[in-house]
Amino acid sequence: MELVKLTIDGKEVQVPAGTTVLNAAEQLGIHIPRLCHDPDLSPFGACRLCVVEIQGMRSLPASCVTAATPGMVVNTDTPAVHEARQTILELLMANHPQDCLTCEKMGDCRLADYCYQYGVKKSTFTGERQRHIADDGNPFIVRDPDKCILCGKCVRACAEITGKDNLDFAYRGFKTKVATFGDAPFLESECVFCGSCVSVCPTGALMEKPMQGKARRWELDRVKTTCPFCGTGCNFDLCVKEGQIVGAASNLGSAVNGRALCIKGRFGWDFVYSDSRLKTPLIKKDGEFVPATWDEALDLIADRLKDIRQKNGPEYFAALSSARCTNEENYLLQKFVRTVMGTNSIDHCART
Amino acid sequence: MAGLATSFGSGAMTNSISEIAQAQLLLLVGTNTTEAHPVIGYKMRQAARRGAKLIVVDPRRIELAGEADHWLRIRPGTDIPLLNGLMHIIIEEGLYDHSFIAERTENFEALKETVKKYTPDCVARLTEVPVEDLRQVARLYANTDRAMIFYTLGITEHVCGTSNVMSIANLAMLTGHLGRPGTGVNPLRGQNNVQGACDMGALPNVYPGYQRVSDPAARAKFQEAWGVALSGDIGLTIPEMFDRANAGEIKAMYILGENPVLTDPNSNHIRSGLKKMEFLVVQELFFTETAEYADVVLPAASFAETDGTFTNTERRVQRVRKAIEPLAGRANWQTIMALSAKMGYPMHYRSPEEIFTEMAALTPSYGGISYARMEENGIQWPCPTSDHPGTPYLHARLFTRGKGLFQGIDHIPPAELPDSVYPFLLSTGRILYHYNVTTPYSAGINSIWPEEYAEVNPDDAARLSLETGNRVRVASRRGELFTKIQVTDRVPPGMIWMSFHYRESPANVLTSDAVDPISKTGEYKVCAVSIERA
Repeated sequence: MELVKLTIDGKEVQVPAGTTVLNAAEQLGIHIPRLCHDPDLSPFGACRLCVVEIQGMRSLPASCVTAATPGMVVNTDTPAVHEARQTILELLMANHPQDCLTCEKMGDCRLADYCYQYGVKKSTFTGERQRHIADDGNPFIVRDPDKCILCGKCVRACAEITGKDNLDFAYRGFKTKVATFGDAPFLESECVFCGSCVSVCPTGALMEKPMQGKARRWELDRVKTTCPFCGTGCNFDLCVKEGQIVGAASNLGSAVNGRALCIKGRFGWDFVYSDSRLKTPLIKKDGEFVPATWDEALDLIADRLKDIRQKNGPEYFAALSSARCTNEENYLLQKFVRTVMGTNSIDHCART
Repeated sequence: MAGLATSFGSGAMTNSISEIAQAQLLLLVGTNTTEAHPVIGYKMRQAARRGAKLIVVDPRRIELAGEADHWLRIRPGTDIPLLNGLMHIIIEEGLYDHSFIAERTENFEALKETVKKYTPDCVARLTEVPVEDLRQVARLYANTDRAMIFYTLGITEHVCGTSNVMSIANLAMLTGHLGRPGTGVNPLRGQNNVQGACDMGALPNVYPGYQRVSDPAARAKFQEAWGVALSGDIGLTIPEMFDRANAGEIKAMYILGENPVLTDPNSNHIRSGLKKMEFLVVQELFFTETAEYADVVLPAASFAETDGTFTNTERRVQRVRKAIEPLAGRANWQTIMALSAKMGYPMHYRSPEEIFTEMAALTPSYGGISYARMEENGIQWPCPTSDHPGTPYLHARLFTRGKGLFQGIDHIPPAELPDSVYPFLLSTGRILYHYNVTTPYSAGINSIWPEEYAEVNPDDAARLSLETGNRVRVASRRGELFTKIQVTDRVPPGMIWMSFHYRESPANVLTSDAVDPISKTGEYKVCAVSIERA
C-alpha cells in the first residue's frame, strides 16, 4: 500500500494514498467541522463546512473530498477558514426556522453546535425562507423540510445503508428539497421506516415521531441493549426518561449493525407499554380468570405440580421455553424442569 | 440444526454477518432476508451492488430477487432435486474441489452415486428451473472462490428439512466452500435467541452446550453441579408433547413465552391437547390464545425489564440490559427461582450474571465468556477459555466432527400437495413490519399493518374473480380462516402465501401437522388449501 506523508496544523502524518484530508486530520485527533460527511456514507462535499487552507491552492477546498497528496501542507483553523465557516453557517441560518427553543433536536443538533462554536447568533442575511408542509402522516418519522440544510445524508443513507433509494433531491435552486418519488408522503412511498435517515440527520429535519414532546435530549439515559426481534442481534440504545422508555436510537458502537436498524428495532419497542400487557398473576376460578398475588399464584403452581409429579410421575409433565427469552431464563427453566420436575421434556418452537 | 450437526458436527452459522462484505457470491435459498432479517438484507444488497454475484432460490419474487443475477423460481418442496442437480453438473463438468474432498471429508462416493440420477433434464422437470439456469448457477458457484450460502425456514420447515440442510452442506463441501472467511453455510436464525435457547439446553435431548442427557458422563457432571439425580431418558419434543397430551399422558405443562396455539402447525390439535391437561401454567407478556387454556397465568417481563444475554445467529453472545423496572414487579428469572424454592429446590442467584457464570462453567463453548468480556461487542462462541478471542468462522482446519460427512440424499416430496379438492399450495412466512407475536402490540406498527393480505397470483385471481382487498375463505383438511387478499405476481400461479402474525387470520389452523422425522419441525411451507370469495 502506497503511503502519503503530509503536514496538518504543523504535525506530520502518514496515510494510505487516497485518504481524504479530513480523515488524515482525524488520525491526528484533529476534528474538522462537518455537516454532510459521515464515515458510514460516501463522500459528498455539499456543506463546505469542512473547508481548510492548503498551501498552493487558491480557494479553500472541502477536506472531506480532497485527497491527501505527498508533501501537502494543511491548516484547518486559520482566520480565513474561520470566516468561511461562519459565513456558511450564517447562510444556512438565513433559511432556517430558528425555533430552537422548542425544537425536538435541541441538545443533539449539529447545526446548533457549530453555530455556538463559531459564534453565529443570527444571520446577517435576510430574504425569503423555504415554507414547506411537514410530513407527519405516519406513526414513525416526522419530516420537516424547513429545517433541512440539504446535506444529502438521508439520501445517501437510504441508498447506501438500506438500499431502498427512496429519497433524492427534487426541484431546483431555492426550491430544492429532499423528496420521495413524486414527492409523496413517506407512507405512500417505498419507505420501509428503518429510520436510517433519521439517525444521520444533523438537524431537526428528520425526527422520531414517538419521541416528540416526550423529553429534551439531555434528559435521556441511554441503555445499550440487544434487539428482541429476529436473530440478527442488532444493538441499539433504549432512551429512558424517569424510568420510562421514550424511544430507541442507533448506537454507533454496535458490533453487528452499526447505526442500521429496521422498523421493528427502531420503532417496535412500544409493545412494552401495550395496554394488553399482563401486570398481575391470574388464577382461573370457575372458568374465570381472577387476579391473584404472586405468592398465591406460585403456591398454587407448586402444590399442583408437586401433586402431579407424585401421583403420575415426572413423565406426565412437560415445559416449553422460548427463543425470545434470554439465555439466563432458558438456562434456569431447563434446570428447573430437569432438577425439580425430574424430566427432560423441555423444548421450544425453534428447534431447527 | 440437526442437519448441520450431522454434516459438520455443529449446527450453527459457519461465518459472521460482517463477512458478507468479503463474499464474491451470495446464494440465498429459502430466505426472504430483507423482510425477515432486514439488517442482514441491507448488507446483502450492499454486497450485490458492489459486484458480488447474487443468486436467489425462491418460489416467491422476494425483494432481493429483483437485485439478483439469477433468480431460480423453484417449485416449492423441490430443494433437494435442485441441489442434487447443481451437484450433478459440478461433478459432471469436473468443477469440484478434489483436494478439499480428499483431505477434509468422507463418504463422497455415496453422494456421487446419488446425484448421478439427478440429470439436468430430470431436475428441470421437478423444479421447473430451466436447464440453462441450472448450468450457469452450478458453474458460477463452483468457480467462485468466496461464496456464502444463506438459508432460513424456507429450507427447514419441510418434512425433508433436515435432508434439505444436509444437501446444502453437501454442495458447500463439494466445492470446498467452508472453513474460510466469507465462505460457508449460514442458517439465519428466525428469532432473537433461537441460537441461545438451543445452546442453553432448552431441548429434550441435551443439556447446555449440546451435552447429551443420554451420555452418563454428561449426566454425572450436571448431577454434581446441580446436586440432584437426573433422568437419562430423552424428553419429548413439542409435537410429541401434544400427541401425548391428546392421549391424556401429559397432565401438566409450564409454558414460558410461547404461544403454540398461534405458532404451531395444526392449532386445533394443540387446543385439544391443552384442553385435556389437568394443570397449565402460562408465563407471558400478553394474554395469548394459549393463555386462555391456562389455570394460572403469570406475567412475564420483557427484554427491556431484565438483564441477561441473547446469542444471535452468528453465535455472538451479547448483553441485554435492563432499562426499566419489570412492569409486573418481577423479572422472569426471579419468578422461576421463587417457584423452584417453593418446590423444595432453592436457587441462590442474586443476578442474571450469576446464572450466566454458572452456565458458562458447565458449557465448554461458553467457558471463556463473561459479562465483563462481552461488555462492548459480545463474543462469538466457541470461546472455551477466558483468553480465547471467540470464533468468527467455524471449521477452519477441521470440522467440529473431524471430517465433513457427505450423504446421498434423495428427493422427499411434501407430505401434502394440491389436489382437486384443495387445489392451491399454501406457504407461510414473515413480513417486514411484524415479528411473530409481539409486534401486533406495537401501536405504531399495528396502525399501519393491522391485518393479513394473503398473496394471490393475478391468473388465479382472474379465474376466481378476486381483486385486492376482497375477503376470502381459505380452507385445508385441518381448518379454515378468513382473510383479505392482495393480487400480486410475487407468488406464482397456484400458490397462496400468508404470514402468521395475525390472530384474526391464524395461518396455522391451515398448516399441515406433518413433521420432519429428525428435527420434528412442522411443514409450515407447504400444504394444500382451497380458496373462495367470502
